[in-house]
Amino acid sequence: MSHTFTLDGKVVPFVDGQTIIQAASAAGVFIPHLCYHPEFKPHGSCKLCTVKVNGRHTASCTMRAAPGMVVESETEEINAERRALTQMLFVEGNHFCPSCEKSGNCQLQATAYHLGMMSAHYDHFFPNRPVDASHPEVLLDFNRCILCSLCVRASRDVDGKNVFGLSGRGIKTHLIVNAKSGQLADTDFTLADKAAQVCPVGVILKKRQGFAVPIGERKYDKAPISETAETTEGH
Amino acid sequence: MHAEAVAGVVDRVINRYRRDPTCMLQILREVQEACDWVPPEAIDRMQAMLGVPRTKIEGVAGFYSFIYTEPRGKYRVLFSDNITDRMQGNRALMERLCNNLWVERGKVSEDGLVSVGKTACTGLCDQGPGMLVNNYAIAGLSLERIDEIAELIRNKVPLADWPPAYFKIEDNIRRADILLNADFKPGEALLAARARAPSDGLNSSNMRSWREGLPSGIGGPGATLDEIKRSGLRGRGGAGFTTGLKWEACRNAQLKAGHQRVVVCNADEGEPGTFKDRVLLSKCPDLVFEGMTVAAYAIGATRGFVYLRGEYRYLLDHLNAVLANRRRQNLLGKDICGLPGADFDIEIHVGAGAYVCGEESALIESLEGKRGTPRNRPPFPVTNGYLDQPTIVNNVETFAAAAMIALKGGEWYAGIGTKQSAGTKIISVSGDCERPGIYEYPFGVSIRQVLEDCGATDTQAVQVSGPSGICVAEDEFDRIIGFEDIPTAGAFTIFNKSRDMFEVARNYVHFFQHESCGFCTPCRVGTSLLKNLMDKLHYGSGSPYDFAEIEKLNQLLQSMSHCGLGHTACNPVLDTIAKFRPAYDRRMMQQDFTPAFDLDRELSAARQMTGRDDAGAHLATEHGGQS
Ligand SMILES: Cc1cc2nc3c(=O)[nH]c(=O)nc-3n(C[C@H](O)[C@H](O)[C@H](O)COP(=O)(O)O)c2cc1C
Ligand code: SF4
Ligand code: SF4
Ligand code: FES
Repeated sequence: MSHTFTLDGKVVPFVDGQTIIQAASAAGVFIPHLCYHPEFKPHGSCKLCTVKVNGRHTASCTMRAAPGMVVESETEEINAERRALTQMLFVEGNHFCPSCEKSGNCQLQATAYHLGMMSAHYDHFFPNRPVDASHPEVLLDFNRCILCSLCVRASRDVDGKNVFGLSGRGIKTHLIVNAKSGQLADTDFTLADKAAQVCPVGVILKKRQGFAVPIGERKYDKAPISETAETTEGH
Repeated sequence: MHAEAVAGVVDRVINRYRRDPTCMLQILREVQEACDWVPPEAIDRMQAMLGVPRTKIEGVAGFYSFIYTEPRGKYRVLFSDNITDRMQGNRALMERLCNNLWVERGKVSEDGLVSVGKTACTGLCDQGPGMLVNNYAIAGLSLERIDEIAELIRNKVPLADWPPAYFKIEDNIRRADILLNADFKPGEALLAARARAPSDGLNSSNMRSWREGLPSGIGGPGATLDEIKRSGLRGRGGAGFTTGLKWEACRNAQLKAGHQRVVVCNADEGEPGTFKDRVLLSKCPDLVFEGMTVAAYAIGATRGFVYLRGEYRYLLDHLNAVLANRRRQNLLGKDICGLPGADFDIEIHVGAGAYVCGEESALIESLEGKRGTPRNRPPFPVTNGYLDQPTIVNNVETFAAAAMIALKGGEWYAGIGTKQSAGTKIISVSGDCERPGIYEYPFGVSIRQVLEDCGATDTQAVQVSGPSGICVAEDEFDRIIGFEDIPTAGAFTIFNKSRDMFEVARNYVHFFQHESCGFCTPCRVGTSLLKNLMDKLHYGSGSPYDFAEIEKLNQLLQSMSHCGLGHTACNPVLDTIAKFRPAYDRRMMQQDFTPAFDLDRELSAARQMTGRDDAGAHLATEHGGQS
């Protein structure tokens, strides 16, 4: 069955079972998001995709569309809140964009540009997160992890490997890998894994090719994130 | 412990849990009880025997405060650090124990014997300060008792040989009404429910054909559900959802092949200042279990769980004995009370130090042996709960009330309390008063009445329903407890005029920061930012700018958070800013913005290392305090 709802006044069609963000993106409307990826089960943790449905805040990646819903997304109020969330993600980890090899291909950075984030605003936490360079092909720089769980879902649901998981609680939540040593080299992870491709920021990096495409010519350097069709980018 | 010995322990525990990965948290907890921590070899063995990835086991172990994947000492001492414990002097006691044992707070002693740390409210506020030793609760600490405990630890006396008096937890029931005074014999409520069945209806909703074949109600279960609806009972866990509607929705939920309906008793009671569920479970466990069985009968459930918070571990053996007794009396098991098809049993799962597991969907995740992260809703637990099966989750007190309703009828119950709030409410009173403890009142009692009854004088404020509830000032003491005015899960924490309400709020903010599950950005980071701001004010660097920041954070937490924890995390701060502004203004040394960074404070580590703390080792400071 097909129905419609309105999104910022625009009529958006949807089919039963679609979430708001799915219907919106099918209709060509961009809603900022970081933990959502069309190929994976929605997670609902980053909250960047929050919209107002009939006046109430809700995550659009997990909320099923329903006929007649009145959805607000591109309002100054909501974008200010999204900006604050983005700032929170920046201060929670260690993000040094100018020296990061994911710069220009990073969804967090691109989203910050999209939302007009001019500074981190909050005091930085500067957490101590050592890098894991044990694997021959892949580097893990945990400093940039935003805990979106995309790699966890990809490894579990597509690769059938469970290489990644989350441990800890609260602000101490962190990514772990499936090895007694805690090192990626001691897992069965390979570059061919889906999980090697999904990280929206610069945690899971292919070694020895960081600047193959120069900064300035990368995905979000060419077009803002709101105009780049989908989020399945690589390098 | 040798790897082989560890493997032996793990095998024994896992086999007892039928090699069932959904029991992972229980397995981790019991392995730890035997090994003092969860060593990597234990995880190896679990991985092999349960057939789950290591990430999963480590993810679960890492989530819960009381599971240790690093050695924590043979004796693991945790001081309860609720605001009431602080008012009762827990800080000095902790320091005393640390000094006695030559151990640094939060660290393990060098010989690996003992570790001393803090934990959130242990539910002993009426007899604090409290502590947990290897998860066993000790109340009423004093300097003498601390010295004795240090001696016992130094002499490596096994916990089982410590004086039993230490482990005595009082019920302190000061006012009892229909629940705490119930003259109730196990089985009575079930028999009353059965007797209500019309003679032509099917008696048990577990009987095969009831859902297909009986459009007009289903005899016994239907009649029971009607009584619950007639009673107007609303949930006692805080949110106040109508119990009858919840049960009905669960009963009407489609069952998939091989699925069953599930009844869960929420005994997580993590809200600081609440301890009434502890008393209900210790004084009238049969009433609670009977309420669960009534629920099972009404909705056609066959499986029941009690999720008991880790802090109440000491109740476990007793509760299991009560369950065993009920099985012997045919009040649990097959064909309960002789009703064909009425099959139901109850298992107890013990939590491991995570407040968020009181949230019903996080509780279900935890019951399934996972990290306690709240789920996305819909779907709701009534249709897709425990292992995707229709599930009701209710508070301990709700089940106790349900048993009495089954026994005496909905009309009777609806006649007690107020129009919108039927029945009684059990209140956990603590803080500045002469008679802290448990008070059961019909709904509609005023704050003032409670204060009078418990002997509170010179009262400045009452925190009703814990940090996620509301802070009530003097001019509001005529407000009443009830869903029409101040709903409550039960906490009633009293502060007299000598207390600093800023420090109260700061304690609560630390609590939320520690207990955030970390799933969603606004709460994970927002509670940390809030904590930092409150600490900044505490250290005297606050400015009006910081106020504005707090208000902004509140908005964000309320609108963007995933669950109730994030939604309410700012409440104590906003309430106290609104009602006790001078407590904040006193800290406003600065009119302009001041950075949180304080050079003198940053030098404290250097001072500690050099053992110097004289005036010359400090940069000039006019203010300060301890964290
Ligand atoms: C963070 C959080 C903690 C909670 N803790 C508890 C708890 O300890 N006990 C409880 O009964 N309900 C708790 N609740 C409420 C439960 O989610 C749920 O509403 C309740 O168990 C339903 O039972 P009732 O209908 O009988 O009140 C909590 C909710 C949240 C958001
Ligand atoms: S490593 Fe990347 S994909 Fe995985 S949780 Fe962190 S940010 Fe998300
Ligand atoms: S609001 Fe807090 S406790 Fe609730 S899901 Fe988000 S992080 Fe977890
Ligand atoms: S994209 Fe919806 S919450 Fe992250």
